[in-house]
Amino acid sequence: MSLDTAETAPPGDIDLRAEFESSGVAGVLADLDRELTGLKPVKARIRETAALLLVDRARRSLGLAQDTPTLHMCFTGNPGTGKTTVALKMAGLLHRLGYVRKGHLISVTRDDLVGQYIGHTAPKTKEILKKAMGGVLFIDEAYYLYRPDNERDYGQEAIEILLQVMENNRDDLVVILAGYADRMDLFFRSNPGFRSRIAHHIDFPDYSDAELLTISERMLEGQSYRLSAGARAAVTEYIALRRAQPHFANARSLRNALDRARLRQASRLFEAGGRVNAATLSTIEAEDIRASRVFSGGLDQERPHD
Amino acid sequence: MRITQGCFSFLPDLTDEQITAQVEYCLGRDWAIGVEYTDDPHPRNTYWEMWGNPMFDLRDAKGVMMELEDCRKAHPEAYIRLNAFDSTRGLETVTMSFIVNRPTVEPTFLMTRTEVAGRRMNYTLTARRT
Repeated sequence: MSLDTAETAPPGDIDLRAEFESSGVAGVLADLDRELTGLKPVKARIRETAALLLVDRARRSLGLAQDTPTLHMCFTGNPGTGKTTVALKMAGLLHRLGYVRKGHLISVTRDDLVGQYIGHTAPKTKEILKKAMGGVLFIDEAYYLYRPDNERDYGQEAIEILLQVMENNRDDLVVILAGYADRMDLFFRSNPGFRSRIAHHIDFPDYSDAELLTISERMLEGQSYRLSAGARAAVTEYIALRRAQPHFANARSLRNALDRARLRQASRLFEAGGRVNAATLSTIEAEDIRASRVFSGGLDQERPHD
Repeated sequence: MRITQGCFSFLPDLTDEQITAQVEYCLGRDWAIGVEYTDDPHPRNTYWEMWGNPMFDLRDAKGVMMELEDCRKAHPEAYIRLNAFDSTRGLETVTMSFIVNRPTVEPTFLMTRTEVAGRRMNYTLTARRT
């Protein structure tokens, strides 16, 4: 390999811009910008990380650095803020830059890593790690691995194996931990080994109301639906109301609300009978949104049906 | 006596790098890899011990190499082979198999000739550790 580079380019001269374009990193970053609404700080951090890795790769090709940089990351943020989606993009990014060989994402939670009885945890965790080799291991709600109230909890064993692999197989896989910010902090405080092995902490902010509206419209667009003017106003109102109610999960709450709205739209059209055309089939009206429990006091309210 | 069986049996022993490349080839064709070991190298011994379950959904050879490393650690003086299983319907068979570990001193084989009725000759091979 050293021979090739010596022949094609004069040593000591690397065009970063060309590297950026040719490695496909530009494409991934553009995708990220286009497909994800909001998340400004996250995008900025990913851009920084990409720049760092690109420069690091250039340095390595000139023999200025040998070690693989630590790439394990921690994504903190409330539910529904796009952590898994970004992790998927991150896997693609790392693959394009050649830091992981295959670039697939294995998404797991505590149940996939921790066993039910003594001696069950290690094989289970190893099984997952083997699958994740060459890609990215995404551990959602990682703090559940550690249960401070039970010192004989098998989670500790999984943590030890993870730490060992994160240290020894840095070339083979990248681990991304995800979860709520406050509980992740607690988790790191009780497992200092993790904190020191994670180089990149990325915080996902909540979406603003306007961003959530854009997101809902995009989600519907993807399914060839659209909101009528009245429905748009209703969704705006819905977002403000829903945010104040418990178990608000940003984009995920919206997705569920829209799924229910589609259900109501379908039953409305069906009840009305008669002929339908493409426009009526793909328009969600205000009444489909306004029938939600959120408008009548929220989730604590008695369910009207079941 | 050097035991030869499976693929690459007439080549010198594969290095770890070469094994990795072969495993990549297998995974690229969606074959499942199983690690097996035995201390009985008799050619008619088809029942080797399984080291864990066959690995069906790996993406990268590193997972196999980790298992192989563990197996070598536990049985440094055993024969270890990798089997690639093709689960395509209608095939469902081992399509590739090669030895990846052998003991430092390999057994020799003693051949016993037994004359039976009608001057027929029966041959028996017995592995002999020296």
